[in-house]
Amino acid sequence: MTDTTPKAAVRAGAGAAHLAPVPARAPRRARLWRGVTPWLFLIAPLALLIIFTYAPIANMVAYSFTDWDGVSPELNYTGAENYAEIFTREDLFRVFFVSGYYLAASVVQIAAALYFATILSFNVRFRNFFKGVLFFPYLINGVAIGFVFLYFFQDGGTLDSILSLFGVTTDHAWLGTSTSANVSLAGVSVWRYMGLNFVLFLGAIQSIPGELYEAAELDGANRWHQFRYIIAPGIKPVLSLTVILSISGSLSVFEIPYIMTGGATGTETFVIQTVNLAFRFNKTGLASAAAVVLLLIILAVTWVQRRLVPDDKVDLV
Amino acid sequence: MTRRAVARTLVYLSLTVAASIVLLPLVVVLLTSLKTEKEMADADGALSLPADLLNFGNYVTAFQDGRMLSAFGNTALILLFAVGGTVLIGSMTAYAIDRFTFRFKTLVVALFLVAALVPGVTTQVATFQIVNSFGMFDTLWAPIVLYMGTDIVSIYIFLQFVRSIPISLDESARLEGANAFTIYRKIIFPLLKPAIATVVIVKGITVYNDFYIPFLYMPSEDLGVISTSLFRFRGPYAAHWETISAGAVLVILPTLIVFLFLQRFIYNGFMRGATR
Repeated sequence: MTDTTPKAAVRAGAGAAHLAPVPARAPRRARLWRGVTPWLFLIAPLALLIIFTYAPIANMVAYSFTDWDGVSPELNYTGAENYAEIFTREDLFRVFFVSGYYLAASVVQIAAALYFATILSFNVRFRNFFKGVLFFPYLINGVAIGFVFLYFFQDGGTLDSILSLFGVTTDHAWLGTSTSANVSLAGVSVWRYMGLNFVLFLGAIQSIPGELYEAAELDGANRWHQFRYIIAPGIKPVLSLTVILSISGSLSVFEIPYIMTGGATGTETFVIQTVNLAFRFNKTGLASAAAVVLLLIILAVTWVQRRLVPDDKVDLV
Repeated sequence: MTRRAVARTLVYLSLTVAASIVLLPLVVVLLTSLKTEKEMADADGALSLPADLLNFGNYVTAFQDGRMLSAFGNTALILLFAVGGTVLIGSMTAYAIDRFTFRFKTLVVALFLVAALVPGVTTQVATFQIVNSFGMFDTLWAPIVLYMGTDIVSIYIFLQFVRSIPISLDESARLEGANAFTIYRKIIFPLLKPAIATVVIVKGITVYNDFYIPFLYMPSEDLGVISTSLFRFRGPYAAHWETISAGAVLVILPTLIVFLFLQRFIYNGFMRGATR
């Protein structure tokens, strides 16, 4: 980023005037024009970025130190009171434990995705069919998934009917108690997102050169050896990215529990709570503080990941 | 059986189990959507078959009473503007960043980079106030602008492609007297076709399926998109699973059709999009 500054343009223009009798104005204007050009392309994106990403973050941090209700013109500065409230009020803090269910679910999800990606990267009959079936849930609308699984867990719904086929009768309300509701919802999230991890792993595995397997097979390596020494190291960047996305995803679960239970019976997640605080109870200040906490956690997690696994995929320049 | 055969059997068994876990809930909902109210009442479980496999009555109810026509219309409008805007904005940003050197370039790049780390759900409380102050609350513009403005992934995708276009093309065009805009419009943009396809698919699916933003920003019933309109089924049809199921199938069907036709592009798109 050197020679397109106005100063450089002026200097170059002056130099040109010395050398030749050509009027200096045209090249100078051309160079100024060239300095402005990139900004003409960037005006709209930058404006959107600043207005809808950075201004909200700045405002949010500012609101988080006030008792603002989101509507009234007056707001009082309350210092760190909101933050203290989040970490001391048990009912507000509880939502973090709900994330634990989703974190546990993502372990299952990643393991299943790894398994299916590995076996489907080798020659299997109906490979494309299985690929399509496993990936498709990721593309389905969240509200539709919510309804499908509300019916699935209904009394006498899909799950009960299947179980009764195997002779198991339950009069169990799957979404009735806190533990079974959270486990059920986390299960839905595995159903929904496993396909994405699967496709990412599959892509990474297929980018490993095929000769490596052949060489390994000549050396007498079995499937497990191939996975352990060729596939696992080969997909490490995607794997670490997946872990990070799972952690931040587990903290910011919203759609499925909101649609299915509305956050009832102990299934309220951090985002549901924040949305309720802000838009139902008009506690914009407190909700902002909660959002800042979530944002800081996610940034911290991302930062740790970047330190542990230097990722060359994110270089923008 | 040899050990190899056992292993093969287990592999197919696990695949079949997984496929049925994925398909079963969907198939049951499809069956339910074809049942009549009476069948639902005295049914012996969710797995029973409907008497008439061509009973589309629930679909008519869901489509008309659920106002799905206007929902599909609103979704299509938002898709058109948001996806078009994302393609334009993403490709322009990528072109400017890759082909020019200018003051504050590192800062601009850093701004886009850091924004990629901020999850949208966390900032909505404050974004809401800004959208509201522009008078965009409860209009179609709120989601359109929000989808356009926050999409960093598409900028990455475009950037990868712009980089692969040889600079000599730009230079020879410049020698012929083309300015930056002509180069962008006549050379870069047309060569970005594969990237555009990727962005259109990834962004299109995200927008079509999004619930959070329309739910927060467009509460009025006339502005329902498919996810919020379907969500409203909860109240009036709470006990009518046959109607709710029909609504869900109506929403899933377009996705399924697009998926079947564009399978390969969709896989590639997600691999490119999600790894950022």
